[in-house]
Amino acid sequence: MSEAASPASVAPARRRSLSLAVLGPAALLLLVLVSLGIGRYPVPPADVVAVLVAKLLNQTSTLDPAAQTVVWSVRLPRVFGALVVGAGLAAAGATYQGLFRNPLVSPDILGVSAGASLGAVLGIVLALPVAAIQGLAFAGGLAAVGAVYAVGLAVRRHDPVLTLVLAGVAVGALLGAGISLLKVLADPYNQLPAITFWLLGSLASVTTGDIAAILPALGLGLAPLVLLRWRVNLMSLGDEEARALGLETRRLRPVLVAGATLVTAAAVSVTGVIGWIGLIVPHVARLLVGPDFRRLLPASMLLGAGYLTAVDLLARTVAAIEVPLGILTALVGAPFFLWLLAAGKRGWA
Amino acid sequence: MILEARDLAFGYGARAVGSGVSLTVGEGEALCLLGPNGGGKTTLFKTLLGLLRPLAGRVLLDGRDLSERPRREIAKRIAYVPQAHAAFFPFSVRDVVLMGRASRLSAFASPGPADRAAAERALATLGIGHLADRIYTEISGGERQLALIARALAGEPRLLVMDEPTASLDFGNQARVLTQVRRLSEAGIAVVLSTHDPGHAFLCADRVALLHGGRLAGLGPPAETVTPETLRLLYGVEVAVLPLPGGRAVCTPVIG
Repeated sequence: MSEAASPASVAPARRRSLSLAVLGPAALLLLVLVSLGIGRYPVPPADVVAVLVAKLLNQTSTLDPAAQTVVWSVRLPRVFGALVVGAGLAAAGATYQGLFRNPLVSPDILGVSAGASLGAVLGIVLALPVAAIQGLAFAGGLAAVGAVYAVGLAVRRHDPVLTLVLAGVAVGALLGAGISLLKVLADPYNQLPAITFWLLGSLASVTTGDIAAILPALGLGLAPLVLLRWRVNLMSLGDEEARALGLETRRLRPVLVAGATLVTAAAVSVTGVIGWIGLIVPHVARLLVGPDFRRLLPASMLLGAGYLTAVDLLARTVAAIEVPLGILTALVGAPFFLWLLAAGKRGWA
Repeated sequence: MILEARDLAFGYGARAVGSGVSLTVGEGEALCLLGPNGGGKTTLFKTLLGLLRPLAGRVLLDGRDLSERPRREIAKRIAYVPQAHAAFFPFSVRDVVLMGRASRLSAFASPGPADRAAAERALATLGIGHLADRIYTEISGGERQLALIARALAGEPRLLVMDEPTASLDFGNQARVLTQVRRLSEAGIAVVLSTHDPGHAFLCADRVALLHGGRLAGLGPPAETVTPETLRLLYGVEVAVLPLPGGRAVCTPVIG
């Protein structure tokens, strides 16, 4: 291989991504252990490891049963959820940014969050069981993007990417109107708070079962992103150039959009809307490993998993009450974004 | 013959930009397209590349209609060199050139050692090997244009379609790009390019096509096709065509 033959020519981004491939997972593991130990009932790291080892090997542990319950049954599903949802949202964000050739794009651009929100809010207003609310959210997210895509295909006169973005804005506004209407109609004492919390996102009530239920959708959605990882680079050149280079963009784009949408809808259906991760995390990943999607995708997933785990740790420890994730991701994300805006050189690198 | 346009009408949607265009491009031939702004050069190129569907007529690639061929099959034979643009993400020049290999790879494949070798060869051919690790968005316009030509060559095509490759380049870079065009056609790779400087036709082209109002106003060797009369028709100004030794010529507008 040419890289092995001439180490001097290895680009800095590639070298950095090598060290990230080792340090990243190690740091994430450390964060997970810390996260499992911190909380209203602190558990020392050594005990956290002991609990995990005992549970995984199915041994009886001599440790405090309360510590075992807190680590294994209370915190672990939550941390597991944060890892999966954070990785998923970041992967979808990286894909959308490549597809829409715009580093300011988030997974919400085609209305997936708005659609999922309308589905969930409808479920809450109809007082449906949790699983049905999650199902409606998932279906709503997919339906919204489907509608946007259908509009995009019907309007053929303009640049297909621009048409999709504009259709996404319009459909998102329509769905927003629906959400507002349902909020007005909702019971202000029980349903409205539930709606508000859903729209701000939370991992507080996520169960291992919830995460297990969305894993197939996440896997199915991630598959095309992984398989087509190099071609996402070419898609970022724009429709015409990608076609001139030999890509069937009319087939690739819907496949990639469907994959990223499936991942986002699945993630959002169990946690509610969590903004900013899909926007910020791919940015940071790009700064670390460069724009090549083959490295950007794993780096984004790793950082997304870590970021949401850290933010969720803050959410449950920073105040006496549980702080919704959407507030924290925006509080951390927006100033960082402004800093990027001010300090960013070479056009949104 | 590689590419043939037969009585081609081209445009966007239902709006025709040009019609009645018939031309051929032979193996290793350099064909230069001249025409005023808005004359339909870019639209014609996009139609020849199969990016736009012809409104009438046909485009044949190796004797087969373009519309019957998958994009990958077209891209293997014809490479497009767009005007140097600012990319959106900071890819390295090497990664940009490597993208030219897409038509040689199956859908789920990533470039392998053979593709990287082809990219290195293309960089060397253009003499920009030293730019390989530079960031595409940070190099000059002339360097970008050379990188895009290298990207086209990396796919080992038989025909290059270059849309105003000398636009917005300084004098030296214009000469460098035209030299490359000459070299490519000597190496058996056909080139179709458009330019705003009629003098360039003398420097690099075997034949010149004049596009005026969406129709071919002339097609032939530079010395016969690029004359004060045809240039007046094309651009609406008086032009002096001053012969140089070696069959070349300088074109300059007559002012005052």
